[in-house]
Amino acid sequence: MASKWSLNERTARKLDKAASAAVKDALDTMDALKAAEEGGSVERAEKVSGMSEEELFSFAEYDPHKGEKIGYTEYSYWRSTLRTFLHNKVALFFLALMGLLVLFTIIQPLLPNQADPNKIFFNAEGLARSNEQPGGEFIFGTNNAGQDLWARIWAGTRTSLYIGVIVGIVQVIIGVIMGLLWGYVRKLDFLFTEIWNIFDNIPQTIVLVLLSYIMTRSMGTLIFALSITGWLSMALFIRNQVLMIRDRDYNLASRCLGTPLYRIIMKNLLPYIVSVIMLRMALTIPEVISSEVFITYIGLGLPPSTPSLGNLVNAGRVLMMSPELRYQLIFPTVVLSIITVSFYVVGNAFSDSSDPRNHH
Amino acid sequence: MASYIVKRVLRSFITLFLVVTIVFCLLRFMPVEGYFNNFDKMTPEQIERQLDARGLNDPLPTQLVRFYNDLVHMDLGESIKYRPGVPITEILAQRIPMSMLLGTISLVLALALGIPFGRLMTRYKGRIPDHIGTAFVVLIQAVPAVVYYLFIQMYGTSLAGLPLLFSRTNLATYVLPIISLAIGNIAYYAMWVRRYMIDESNKDYVKLAIAKGVNSRTLMSKQIFRNAFVPLVQYIPTSLILTLVGSIYVESIYSIPGMGGLLVKAIQMQDNTLVQALVLIYSFLSIIGLIIGDIAMTLVDPRISFGKKGGAR
Repeated sequence: MASKWSLNERTARKLDKAASAAVKDALDTMDALKAAEEGGSVERAEKVSGMSEEELFSFAEYDPHKGEKIGYTEYSYWRSTLRTFLHNKVALFFLALMGLLVLFTIIQPLLPNQADPNKIFFNAEGLARSNEQPGGEFIFGTNNAGQDLWARIWAGTRTSLYIGVIVGIVQVIIGVIMGLLWGYVRKLDFLFTEIWNIFDNIPQTIVLVLLSYIMTRSMGTLIFALSITGWLSMALFIRNQVLMIRDRDYNLASRCLGTPLYRIIMKNLLPYIVSVIMLRMALTIPEVISSEVFITYIGLGLPPSTPSLGNLVNAGRVLMMSPELRYQLIFPTVVLSIITVSFYVVGNAFSDSSDPRNHH
Repeated sequence: MASYIVKRVLRSFITLFLVVTIVFCLLRFMPVEGYFNNFDKMTPEQIERQLDARGLNDPLPTQLVRFYNDLVHMDLGESIKYRPGVPITEILAQRIPMSMLLGTISLVLALALGIPFGRLMTRYKGRIPDHIGTAFVVLIQAVPAVVYYLFIQMYGTSLAGLPLLFSRTNLATYVLPIISLAIGNIAYYAMWVRRYMIDESNKDYVKLAIAKGVNSRTLMSKQIFRNAFVPLVQYIPTSLILTLVGSIYVESIYSIPGMGGLLVKAIQMQDNTLVQALVLIYSFLSIIGLIIGDIAMTLVDPRISFGKKGGAR
């Protein structure tokens, strides 16, 4: 305490000295000016004597922009997030692309002249019209079995997006609940941390492979296997956020002022967590698509009667070595890549712009 | 430090024990066909007799204890369908060296290319090399690996005229698998080197060094890079250890006789004991990799101690 005071004292003395020096300087200048006016030949006065009144002094004009700088601005977290996001032109482009693709995937079956993804087309002789080149009657051609590749790609995208969204929602719900418990209930912290330490070491791929191996091949299995591991990282993140935010000064202040809990949660906690949730949802989709492709590749995926991006890639893979059939791999992978890249870019851009440190 | 390592290893033992138990119990739910080579031709009595003989009708705890005992003696059982009657350890011993060879070459390649790429991106931050690099990283990160593996194979064979399938004796067949294995790690290391270096260059000591007049080349390589590389040290042991198991995709695409392709085959053939053994090895190696990574990090950077932080990694 004593040293702190003496430090302040010293600072004060220094300030005093500086002030008195400044006053002395000013007095000197005035003297010099006076001397110059009087026609004296003091050396210092010569510098200023040649200058006119306008050169020596200028009026400080009122500038509204400068006024804003120190004035009070109403800071809104969401508006700043949006503004930062809108600055990112690449992310905007991918957001538009993503929106269009998702919209098209949803409305595609409602458009006229769309084939059923599982319908096999036959020609006049009663043979399946397999491997027809793209551009004719079928926009993306037909596959090996004589099904419309265009219809299958959009149906597959729907399946994959559906799985992604469900898995994302499940992860968020379990992750947020567990994370809040983990962070708020202090008694649970040790137990949960130990459990996390043990389970985090189990490779997710193994869980996925194992569950798909022992369960029947269906969408439900895939959703279950993907949800069961994904929520762990979410819960940890929420827990860390809660721990960090819970006892911050502004939250203590809020509590002291009698702010109700729901308002603390809505105003102080949720902005952080909602951005995490959005990020999680956006990044879950490329992850889930990758996992689905992987599981299908090792032979544990969905049956071909349920078209999915994994199925399509796998079917195209078999034919890719004959150049004229390559389109059956290229079309699905291009659609898949556009979807995964746009979700990835948008998710990351959103997480960047939701970080208050990036708000300017 | 020592107490941290002991704790860490103990915890991993618990993880491993849990994994072993869960894997074993879950696989008991599989249909019994997976235990027989010629299930369709057998009569129910034969099946019962066989199950009894192998102890598969014993109560689960008895089977578990026997399984632990086998594991301690490094016995993973025998393959049933893939190569009937051959001990799994023998199959693995034949296949691991191939995966390791390819994996190590590609990892060295990835480090040799990924780190300079990351540094280049940092130096030209916000300019064209950085944008190109970022686009590459995003593409590799977002698109499922098998997609670009397939494109590498498709165009590598048709445009560059490289051989389609792997052969132990023909070195030209090594090129495409190694490129495929390396490309993901190149993007990974480039991305993290860039990110950590940028984080690091915003720190005060860098400002001081600039003010002091340290030239930017020395600053980049001696100060920023070394500090930025510390978090990456954590991942190298895992990368190295996982070369043992190889890549499931790459090995099966090029039919490389390594560990990675084995899992796909075992699953397709429903060879229960082989699946079980492979799953256990994958988990075991990942866990070991994580431990070594954590310990390596504390050794490289004395400021890091995990002991106090607990679970809040």
